[in-house]
Amino acid sequence: MAETTEKKEKVPRQPMPEQSAEVRRRNFEEVPRGYTAEMAMKEAERCLQCKNPACMNGCPVSIEIPAFIKHVKEGDFTKAVRKIWERNALPAVCGRVCPQEIQCEGLCILGKKGEPVAIGNLERFVADWERANGKGDLPPKAEPTGKRVAVVGSGPSGLTVAGDLILKGHDVTIFEAFHKPGGVLVYGIPEFRLPKEIVYSEVNFLERLGAKLQCNSVVGRTVSVDELFEEGFDAVYIGVGAGLPSFLNIPGENLIGIYSANEYLTRANLMKAYLFPEYDTPIVRGKDVAVLGAGNVAMDSARTAMRLGADRVRIVYRRSRDEMPARKAEIHHAEEEGIEFHLLTAPTRFIGDENGRVKAMECLKMELGEPDASGRRRPVPVEGSKFTLDCDLAVISVGAGANPLLTRSTEGLQLTKWGYIIADPETGKTTKKGVWAGGDIVTGQATVILAMGAGRMASDSIHKYLTWGW
Amino acid sequence: MFEILKRQEMAGGTVVLNEISAPAIARKAKPGQFVILKANETGERIPLTMADTDPKKGTITIIYQVVGKSTTLFKSLQVGERFQDVIGPLGQATHLEKLGTVVCVGGGTGVAVLHPITRGLKEIGNRVIAIIGARTKDLLILEDKMKAASNELHVCTDDGSYGHHGFVTDVLKEILEKEDVKMVVGIGPVPMMKFVCKVTEQYKVKTLVSLNAIMVDGTGMCGCCRVTIGGETRFACVDGPEFDGHKVDFDELSQRLNAYKEDEAVAMQQYACKCQAG
Repeated sequence: MAETTEKKEKVPRQPMPEQSAEVRRRNFEEVPRGYTAEMAMKEAERCLQCKNPACMNGCPVSIEIPAFIKHVKEGDFTKAVRKIWERNALPAVCGRVCPQEIQCEGLCILGKKGEPVAIGNLERFVADWERANGKGDLPPKAEPTGKRVAVVGSGPSGLTVAGDLILKGHDVTIFEAFHKPGGVLVYGIPEFRLPKEIVYSEVNFLERLGAKLQCNSVVGRTVSVDELFEEGFDAVYIGVGAGLPSFLNIPGENLIGIYSANEYLTRANLMKAYLFPEYDTPIVRGKDVAVLGAGNVAMDSARTAMRLGADRVRIVYRRSRDEMPARKAEIHHAEEEGIEFHLLTAPTRFIGDENGRVKAMECLKMELGEPDASGRRRPVPVEGSKFTLDCDLAVISVGAGANPLLTRSTEGLQLTKWGYIIADPETGKTTKKGVWAGGDIVTGQATVILAMGAGRMASDSIHKYLTWGW
Repeated sequence: MFEILKRQEMAGGTVVLNEISAPAIARKAKPGQFVILKANETGERIPLTMADTDPKKGTITIIYQVVGKSTTLFKSLQVGERFQDVIGPLGQATHLEKLGTVVCVGGGTGVAVLHPITRGLKEIGNRVIAIIGARTKDLLILEDKMKAASNELHVCTDDGSYGHHGFVTDVLKEILEKEDVKMVVGIGPVPMMKFVCKVTEQYKVKTLVSLNAIMVDGTGMCGCCRVTIGGETRFACVDGPEFDGHKVDFDELSQRLNAYKEDEAVAMQQYACKCQAG
């Protein structure tokens, strides 16, 4: 056994070709270019086809990873994508945005001595290959059950639930408040990380499977949860995300040129403001940009600002590099593109010009004190350290909370004190009969794949309910 | 859906009325609520407060002033054509309550927003005095409808070409002097609302205004429409659009409404060129 391991390790992990930092920092094209068929097959050969594959334990939707990789190795990409579809209807998305290093790839046995199999790259490859070369075949579907399910929100968790239940023979309608489906995949994650055409094509796949999509439907306003039951739905899944932007609540925050990351990214991504005036939605194009916060959304905002022509983009963060919540790869990409990091710095107020446009921030230097409730060392202001930092655009990316629009208008849903929906962690069941919830509206702002994992559990529970009862 | 069933130009073509097929919205909409509209694939999302709804016919009515690219594009849509997206009803409905005598003040296209509120206030038994104004007679809209919706109607023009010569606030002051007014509703351009509030503050009369902040999504997920109310930041799309006028920071609102002035000019210019070329 040890011998085979060593022999296989001689094939190195296939790197993903990508646009050079110098070029990509000024365009919105996708950064990684994807594998060729040869690269994919070569990478697939590295998989040891473990009898008890650890990688699968790291996948929140439990894709049969060795099985799909075996098909890739044999060059049968159609079979490979079918294998993935059994557990995941959105492989082109997941292959791109999952933090594989802490999930499937983090548990790959090869990673113990060398580099893990590039599972994410392979998943992405087969999904892209199917889109470009597939015959449009669909996976097999169960007989119609006559049961109707309403899925509220078309983000990662809602799409997962919809894909799952449609394959199990239920009649699924997805309600989306925006004019385009995809949730954070469309308004939040930028084009250069996840081309929107890919999201639409995965949603289109669900529609071809028979899911109905109703955009421009604000559940809580256009229609209520109770009215959905009156209309004949047997079950409702709520996956509306955590879409309420947090602000810093410091003076000057309403000056022109200060955006929540949600607004900045929605304008740029969903409304395609980066193509203004070809598209009608404008966006402030700062020359000297400050992004407040250091999560993935902050990295997306900073890299977007760079692509919109900024001379200088700074991530301003009140803790140190070790506490930054963004993925290492995202921080690395941002740095390569020339984003600067201004750490241990907290703004105390914004300063505007005579037209009400932001021109600077007043800041304090911080130092790290004792750990707080989150286990991270708490930033403490350094006395007498006040200074100003120029900026003509500031993007506030310090997290998001629960949007109360749906929950406030729905009776019988128990909420946490922060307004998130209380749902059973095993099943996604809420306190209201026939209603499930999952994703960020339950957990608070988390990741795409966690939301999909929650959707996967809820859909199993909904299926049981529709078959056997609550 | 979202087909234009009726189209009417008003105020010399500077204001347009569209009756749009939108059954789901018409069924739920209440006075004071708004919709977001997007004309086509490349269009932007624009908020407009509904001027009327007909749940039986399944239609909503919007009335807008033609001020830039998007409203010019809206104006170009003919009967039988469609808006690509209409989202709503959004925002809080007007809290209609029987109070006694109330005054409804409207300026410009604000009168369109004011009309359903005026009608609603009268229907539940208030004595409604309405004051509507425009720069000049030709720009005045919905005079007949406002007459029907109120117990008493006063009309003002800035240039004196019709009705009272002067601002709506002049008439408002006269009424506040002699009547026991329980509430004022003021809807129109920001300077008008600001001055209405200045007047009513002196008489300590509760005043509602409807704020026309810039919006993107209209569902509370971006904060573009944030306004300062009594020193606190609120989102006009979910907490409003109506607020206590005496608590609104109107100067900040005016400034924020100018945020994209240059971009708006660029968009309009490009569109005009395209129209000429085409």
